[in-house]
Amino acid sequence: MFRYTKATAVREVLVWIVTIIGLLPFYLLVVTALKPDEEVLTTSAVAPPSTIDFGAFVEVLTTTGRNSIPMSILNSVIITAGAIFGLVLLGSVAAYVIARRTRAWTNLTYYLVLIAIILPAQLGTVPLYIGARSVGLTGNALGMILLWIGILLPLSVFLYASFFRGLTTEYEEAAVIDGASPTQAFFRVVLPLMSPATGTVAILAGLIVWNDFFNSLIFLGGSETQTLPVAMYTYVGGLVSAWNKIFAVVIISMVPILLFYMFAQKRFIQGFAGGLKG
Amino acid sequence: MTVTIDESSTRTLTVPPEAWNTPPPRKRGKKPLISFGHWWWALPAVVLVIAVHYVATLTGGFFAFTDWTGLGDWSFIGLDNFERIFQDPLMLGAVGNTLFLAFASVILTNVVGLLFALAINRMLKSRYILRTLLFMPVVLSPLAVAYVWKFIFQFDGPLNGFLGLIGLEGMQKVWLADPTWSIWAILITVVWQQTGFTMVIYLAGLASVPIEVEEAAALDGAGVWQRFRYVIVPAIRPSIAIATTLGIIQSLRIFDQILALTGGGPAGATETLATQVYKQAFSLGQFGFGSALALVLTVIILAFAILQQYLTRDRDAGKA
Repeated sequence: MFRYTKATAVREVLVWIVTIIGLLPFYLLVVTALKPDEEVLTTSAVAPPSTIDFGAFVEVLTTTGRNSIPMSILNSVIITAGAIFGLVLLGSVAAYVIARRTRAWTNLTYYLVLIAIILPAQLGTVPLYIGARSVGLTGNALGMILLWIGILLPLSVFLYASFFRGLTTEYEEAAVIDGASPTQAFFRVVLPLMSPATGTVAILAGLIVWNDFFNSLIFLGGSETQTLPVAMYTYVGGLVSAWNKIFAVVIISMVPILLFYMFAQKRFIQGFAGGLKG
Repeated sequence: MTVTIDESSTRTLTVPPEAWNTPPPRKRGKKPLISFGHWWWALPAVVLVIAVHYVATLTGGFFAFTDWTGLGDWSFIGLDNFERIFQDPLMLGAVGNTLFLAFASVILTNVVGLLFALAINRMLKSRYILRTLLFMPVVLSPLAVAYVWKFIFQFDGPLNGFLGLIGLEGMQKVWLADPTWSIWAILITVVWQQTGFTMVIYLAGLASVPIEVEEAAALDGAGVWQRFRYVIVPAIRPSIAIATTLGIIQSLRIFDQILALTGGGPAGATETLATQVYKQAFSLGQFGFGSALALVLTVIILAFAILQQYLTRDRDAGKA
């Protein structure tokens, strides 16, 4: 009895109007970033630029030096990629052992991991910082990667363990009967099958690490290795009302995520809804 | 001349090539047919989780009762740090702001997110594109989003421009430097970014409501509100629990948006526990006091997480 009626059409139009108003900040972001310096403060915020000017982007992307935006993009890419790699590798093998073997210690380990997901991270930040500083792991990408692997491993292990529990053991049994060692059975048979779980882990961890400001600020603060959000914070702090340049940086930080999002939005939404429930 | 006989060449006679690598038969009763990986595969993960989550948190809990400054000597000072927190108006304000932002943002994101989910759940032809667009802010950096809103809230920015345009000049304000309104500006920024997330959780919950049940209720004369109250709400209870729990836990830690929009100002009006942990421990080097603040935040987060778990479990038990 529910059919697409006139009332539904009205509702659809209304939702679109509300959505467009809600997304106006994106419009302001783009038009302002494309304005030349002199137009930013003299023209209305909603007015489109008289001519499209990529000057702000050029300036932001051509600054040099260790704390520049291009260098910080590189650092963010290295740290995000390193963290995802470590989380996929360590998380999947640990979850495999925990989920497949039924011993007392695997159950205990699983609970240890689950509690760590709920445990708020704030209280550990100060000791972690002091510990990392004393062994030279602050202010560099390696320390940041290790930190992220530690912080997000419970999530990764949980997601992989849930996945493995739903996966039949027949593939590995067949492989072992055909002569594979346990290591071969995992890397040749299970690894190719676990890409849905890997996708969720990579998307969630990638977003958290790429967008993070708090941990980067503390563990990389004042060093020559900055991630994009910290470089953005520093850079914006030095610009008073140069909104076209500020927004150029903001857009540069959003573009990689939005590109991934456009290509894999279903995976993003499902990963988010499914992964964070844990 | 020595003749070496390749083992595989002898095996070819009896064993087909695909099975060359077949292991010798196992001795009975020694091991299960398959061992899944090796036990030490879990070792790096277990060590890292224990170090980063358990050891660090316990050490932080210990620091909370000391006056350590990160260098040199420290002494155990009992509850002095906590006395200081609960006697300092700035710290009490930070606790109040933390709770205000958490509750207000959870209520707003859930109400608006549920409304959007209900609006686009059934029949809309463009529901998938709407969902994609409305979820988009969730994936962006909170810091980057905060800068967009900082522009909107500027004194000569679009919000005041709009108010002037519709004849409400009297409402124009320096939003981010106003002791009353600056926290609301932060709230709006947070809600704008997080609403898409609750909407997606509710869309997933609403997908579990069979359209036939809703139609049956409608045929029996239930109005929109009655259908919502007696058909939809009971069905999406788990979604409500998830969306509110995650919302509370996340929004108790709001940090990026405050640093970008107000830096905690004006005069501490937008300080939260998270910003104070950062400032006390890492800007001022008061590791002991900063840890005490972090402990207060942790206790609040855990209390809400446990309370929420208890409430949802109770509800499930009641249903069964």
